[in-house]
Amino acid sequence: MTGLPATPPQRKLGLVIDLDTCVGCHACAVNCKEWNAGGYHAPLTDIDPYGVEPDGVWFNRIHSFEVGTGPDTRVVNFPKSCLHCDNAPCVTVCPTGASYKRVEDGIVLVEEDKCIGCKLCSWACPYGAREFDGDAGVMKKCTLCIDRIYNDNLEEVDRVPACVATCPASARHFGDFADPNSNVSKLAAERGGFDLMPEMDCQPVNKYLPPRPKKTGGDTDRVPELQDASPEGGFLGWVDRLLSSTEHV
Amino acid sequence: MTSKPSSPGNRLGDRPIDFSPSLGDKTDYTTCYMCACRCGIKIHLKDGTIRYIEGNRNHPVNKGVLCAKGSAGIMQHNSPARLTKPLRRVGPRGSGEFREIEWGEALDIAIGWLAQVRATDPRRLAFFTGRDQSQALTSWWAQQFGTPNYAAHGGFCSVNMATAGIYTFGSAFWEFSEPDWDHAEYLLMFGVAEDHDSNPIKMGLSKLKERGAKFVSVNPIRTGYSAVADEWLGITPGTDGLFVLSLIHELLRAGRVDAGYLVRYTNAPYLVIDNPGAADDGLFARDENDQPLIWDHNKDAPAAAHQADEAPALRGAYTLADGRRAKPVFQLLAERYLHKDYSPTVVAFQTGIPATTIRRIAAEIAETAFEREVVIDQPWTDWLGRRQEKMVGRPVSMHAMRGISAHSNGFQTCRAIHLLQVLLGSIDAPGGLRYKPPYPKGFDSLPRPSGRPGEVKPNSPLPGPHLGFPQGPEDLLVDEEGAAQRIDKAFSWEAPIASHGMMHMVITNAWKGDPYPIEVLFMYMANMAWNSAMNTSETIRMLTDTDEETGDYKIPRIIYSDAFYSETVPYADLVLPDTTYLERWDCISLLDRPICDADGAADSIRHPVVTPDRDVRPFQDVLIDLGARLGLSGFIKEGGRPRYPGGYADYIANHERQPGVGMLAGWRGENGDKTGKGEPNPAQLDRYVENQCFWREELAPGHRYFRNVNADYLAYAQSKGFVKSTDPVIVQLYSEPLQKFRLAARGHGDIQPPDRDRQRVETYFDPLPFWYEPLDNHATDGATYTLHAVTQRPMAMYHSWGTQNAWLRQIHGSNRLYVPKMAADRLGLVDDDWVWAESRSGRIKVQIRIMEALNSKTVWTWNAIGKRAGAWNLDPAAKDMTQGFLLNHLIDDLLPEQAGGYRYANSDPITGQAAWYDLKLRLEKASPEETAVSSPQFEVLGQPPTTLERPSVLRYGAVKGRR
Repeated sequence: MTGLPATPPQRKLGLVIDLDTCVGCHACAVNCKEWNAGGYHAPLTDIDPYGVEPDGVWFNRIHSFEVGTGPDTRVVNFPKSCLHCDNAPCVTVCPTGASYKRVEDGIVLVEEDKCIGCKLCSWACPYGAREFDGDAGVMKKCTLCIDRIYNDNLEEVDRVPACVATCPASARHFGDFADPNSNVSKLAAERGGFDLMPEMDCQPVNKYLPPRPKKTGGDTDRVPELQDASPEGGFLGWVDRLLSSTEHV
Repeated sequence: MTSKPSSPGNRLGDRPIDFSPSLGDKTDYTTCYMCACRCGIKIHLKDGTIRYIEGNRNHPVNKGVLCAKGSAGIMQHNSPARLTKPLRRVGPRGSGEFREIEWGEALDIAIGWLAQVRATDPRRLAFFTGRDQSQALTSWWAQQFGTPNYAAHGGFCSVNMATAGIYTFGSAFWEFSEPDWDHAEYLLMFGVAEDHDSNPIKMGLSKLKERGAKFVSVNPIRTGYSAVADEWLGITPGTDGLFVLSLIHELLRAGRVDAGYLVRYTNAPYLVIDNPGAADDGLFARDENDQPLIWDHNKDAPAAAHQADEAPALRGAYTLADGRRAKPVFQLLAERYLHKDYSPTVVAFQTGIPATTIRRIAAEIAETAFEREVVIDQPWTDWLGRRQEKMVGRPVSMHAMRGISAHSNGFQTCRAIHLLQVLLGSIDAPGGLRYKPPYPKGFDSLPRPSGRPGEVKPNSPLPGPHLGFPQGPEDLLVDEEGAAQRIDKAFSWEAPIASHGMMHMVITNAWKGDPYPIEVLFMYMANMAWNSAMNTSETIRMLTDTDEETGDYKIPRIIYSDAFYSETVPYADLVLPDTTYLERWDCISLLDRPICDADGAADSIRHPVVTPDRDVRPFQDVLIDLGARLGLSGFIKEGGRPRYPGGYADYIANHERQPGVGMLAGWRGENGDKTGKGEPNPAQLDRYVENQCFWREELAPGHRYFRNVNADYLAYAQSKGFVKSTDPVIVQLYSEPLQKFRLAARGHGDIQPPDRDRQRVETYFDPLPFWYEPLDNHATDGATYTLHAVTQRPMAMYHSWGTQNAWLRQIHGSNRLYVPKMAADRLGLVDDDWVWAESRSGRIKVQIRIMEALNSKTVWTWNAIGKRAGAWNLDPAAKDMTQGFLLNHLIDDLLPEQAGGYRYANSDPITGQAAWYDLKLRLEKASPEETAVSSPQFEVLGQPPTTLERPSVLRYGAVKGRR
């Protein structure tokens, strides 16, 4: 079995995912695939890509589903990738030490050379965030783009995970949760960022932002009903009043 | 963002992590072509192959972001469905039996066919392009050839919305305008089926939500954008116009309109002649200078409209000097929309939106527009010299797309939406809808269509462009009997304002020989034997049908150019293989469909980032080559030598449409120091490549709003060649050109419709927006076919060729028919059931999924997921074929027979826009014995002689030497 860092990581890098603006467009998923296809875990193999059952490795997948019934039914677009848990069961279950949590930044990684493909980690992860590459025979997963975020060949502004850089709806944010003043800590605090399945006690680092309160029909008091204007001054009498009150006529 | 930790971060005993891998050995910029957004992309190459594509942060369209399609461009570029060599059909059409030929032979064959047609009857060439972005070239080529039969895909995309916008306010949703994302407090979005446009809408919605603006989505289906809307109104398809006119009813009832805006900048005060039965009924009263008249309160007399010191009346009825009676436009529209037919109570049932909701939305809009004005501290002056110290706006914005355009009432519905915007004063006002340059352009300043009798002559170019904007019956392309002159019947009485042509009718009409047979059908980038056709099964039959006597195909010759082995390729007699978008030059021109934004004029190019490894040529190069070989005057110099020997790149840099105006607006002039207008610059393309393949000129602060009447902006626009004159673009609440068609239908004037068309023109050419039931709904037995059926395009595939793409097809590889819970319960259906869906014209078998967040009378599916076995170099047993399906088989291309036997196109009667969403159907559970395979299935298409390898395992990006 593999140990978690003895002391908490110095930094807790992770993502804030905003369910208020995520429209389920899959931009993050495909750009992640594209970057990581040539990245730390290269390749993200696609088996039978033009065939009957194409089955590829994706570190980030979007689930769209309905919640509720009847007229109040909501449709949720839910991106899901590794949450880089502080109490990561995928690490402690690993028999070879391949799966580990970095002490420097809390990123959960798999060292492929040590992975025997036993899949215990994917059974242990309650989020289903691990991706087995059947061709390579090893487990792969989100690296939080470890080959981008520290990459000297990129401009500083680009040193964020690919999913964050590409998201058209600004629904993804990257930063250090160990720093209470970081963008992600503040966003999570202001917008009620929550843990996915807290009852599993994995202590995920990534946080999800709930949809902002909807400005729906519930706030009818805000705007008074339109009143009938026509009786005064006959048909369209109000038009003359409107015109006479506009300075430029 | 994140500095490197002080320790290397590698665990003892591990293979070291490479924190700073190289992105490749070369970085290049170009423009994406995975959909119609045309985002800027930055491409990283390694050893000549593409390592990574990302959004270009400096680009005005996408500002660094990139959607799923754009990121999957690698897989499009490497698709095993790519064609590799010119092909000549040897087996029967549709068999997929080809022999490979050299380019020389391919061009000779094409020239042989085309030259013969041009020398005898140029009409016998029909040249139609699909989703291509080079219409400024293709249209000009067709004009030089001299055939009247040219258009691109706009007729089955959104021409009714494009024209509704142009004829109302000189612009249109999406391409020529955008919501004021930075100032809008309220956004009403109508029927965006996850489509146009892609990244800018997502970026904009995020901004709106950040600012706390309210976003209302009017859409039968709650997915995507609707899923994050503050309020979702699950409207019944085709009834948006009714809903909008009911909002207008409410605003008028309460007197909540921007009267000052209306009298100054719209035709609301114009006097409309009330003279029933006469030839001038419903036209504007005009003075001796042909200026429209208004009634001046101060003088109590008529006066020419738009004088700075007048006080126009908006209501009442007046007697002109010659005794004729007239009323202001505003009076007419108020009379119409205050009628109880448009009251919320009356429209609630039909629209599926409760009356209380309609009233509340109207109140919210009024409150936002008039109590929460946006004020920008920027003086401006209108064209009459009236200076205003600030730009004051109404922060209600609107956007609309496919759910409006794909109905046969889309023109009038889109006009209704614009009417609502205008009444609020939110056209190019802060917080409202914003023009994108080079628009606005007045409807009366735009070209009229060419191709009338006498204009089409052997071996001669057409005198002008094919597509234009008719101002009245005199601009139609009809003969003395009123018969259509174009193969698609665009600009005939059947579709008078078909300003983008009617590509969806070409195959049907050519097969019928109605109005005449053609010899050569030449198409580019349009999957007309599959998902771009209405009535796909019948279309396939027409493409293969032969003349009983001669045995020849009814459409004798088909030339097709595509980069991929689509379902249409096997129906071509000659195949010209195109490159991918990363292998060629292109330009996104102000002459076509530019990439401008509200704050700047912009255009862009593509340039070859990689060299083709196949014997393929860019279609645009081939077209220019064909033009020169055919001796088309625009493509040759004196002596017959090619004018553009450097192909498309040469044409982009050196072609001038008018003196100083060419394909690209940036770096013009000999020294590259002019924009907009200027002599061709030999180094222009170098400048574009240096500037990451785009050019943008930021507008001055005073040029950013009220541009249709903003004197400074109009002068700027003229100086750049955007518009011909500095005339204002007066907003047309009442559309006089429509009334002119209607008067002809009533028997006035020399140009008369055939009797068959009179009532149709009389009914639909209403100069004020109105709502009517979509034509096919009206013609269909509503008691039998109770469910509306529409499609959406998934965001990860919209406007792309996605299901062949190794990555995108893993996201959407097969489709279901989504059925509302109530309807499913009624029919005893559960998730995963197979059903037969039947329309008045067809029947398909599909698998369902039940959905709650869906209008209770509507079913829907993702469009263009279903593929035909044998196409796209996919495994013929793939789910795309066996489970996926097209709704197209159910959509008739023609309406049922009218009295007299004629069948009109299943299209908007004003613009000819294909009415994809007018479909109604019924569902029946398939019997348990029936196989779990979608129906219809077609014979498996044969493969071209050389087919690229289809890998069974794709290890893209694998590092050599590692497993």
